[in-house]
Amino acid sequence: MNLRDISGLIFIIGLGLLLGAVLKTLAYDNILTGAVGTAILNNAATEVGTANIVTSVLLAYRGLDTLGELTVLFVAATAAGLVLGQRRPEAVHDPDAGFILRSAADLLSPFLILVGIYIILHGHLTPGGGFQGGAILAAAFFVPILASPASPFNHKVSSLVEGLAGAAFIIIGLIALFDKGYFLAPLLGTGEVGQLFSAGSLPLLYLAVGLKVGAELAGLLARLHETEASD
Amino acid sequence: MESVMTVQETALVYLLSYCGAIGLILLGIFAMTMYQHLIRIILGLMLLEAGVNLFLITVGFRANAVAPILVEAQTSAAMVDPIPQALVLTAIVIGVGVQALALALVIKTYKAYGTLDTKELAQKIAEESGTHVIDDIPVSLPVPVPSTRQMVEEKSA
Repeated sequence: MNLRDISGLIFIIGLGLLLGAVLKTLAYDNILTGAVGTAILNNAATEVGTANIVTSVLLAYRGLDTLGELTVLFVAATAAGLVLGQRRPEAVHDPDAGFILRSAADLLSPFLILVGIYIILHGHLTPGGGFQGGAILAAAFFVPILASPASPFNHKVSSLVEGLAGAAFIIIGLIALFDKGYFLAPLLGTGEVGQLFSAGSLPLLYLAVGLKVGAELAGLLARLHETEASD
Repeated sequence: MESVMTVQETALVYLLSYCGAIGLILLGIFAMTMYQHLIRIILGLMLLEAGVNLFLITVGFRANAVAPILVEAQTSAAMVDPIPQALVLTAIVIGVGVQALALALVIKTYKAYGTLDTKELAQKIAEESGTHVIDDIPVSLPVPVPSTRQMVEEKSA
């Protein structure tokens, strides 16, 4: 055990004691965000019209932050693609999985697409939304690749979907800017809370988010998968 | 679901969640500082993220409250704070992006140097670029300490 390990251990123990001391002063009654949170809980249904109040925070009250988050994800995916680079066409693939795994992947894929789109479209009503549904969509397109690694993944289509979805998100925000004076302000009225067609432009925004996240994650996973093993 | 939580039970939930979050954060930082394998360092980062997410969710917790989703025929009016939940949703997605980028960099590192041990990596990078290794970190500057002292001594002499 050298000096570096010992100093690391001392650092960890000290940090643990510090955080343990902070434990005493932490909020035990949700007072940190309580005031804003209570106001949003009381007003979200009438102002925005979503049954899922987390969605109203994400897309209506803090829509700009969600755009920033999409940007971070886009930059990370682009950088990963840049680092990993292109695959040589003659590089060998891993062998296919067995019959059971391949059939199960083919069977599972359409159901995953269905569940993903359902979760995206009901993001303003039930738990879930664009990010969760997008992750399921990405899985739907990635599971067949895992089962048979030689099957191709169309990066052009995924990039196209991703770009169009991102552009749609920003265009909806710009329409709101010219119509209401605020970027990403909710449009088209609130509708009746709890109905599928309600909450104005929020389901459209969440659809854009879901498609973008799905295409992005699928492309990212496919790039990681396509990376040649040690050659 | 209809049973009401007592003050003691609420305090226990808060305390266990906070302790779990702090434990995960400490474990993550421990793994990031003590291990020398890049994959283990990324796993430590994941643990750290999980701890921070648990901490945020605990901040928004309210006793006897339901998830912030309006459903028909809702009896309980109290709902937990939606803001930390939205924050954590954001943090999870960004965490996935960061982890993917980190793994991509790790793949490239392994291809270039054939090892993921940070000490060996530091040695190989130093040999390759003709620099020095000080405290396991490749440093681009030469080590001037003895030579300058000699120069000063020579000048003063």
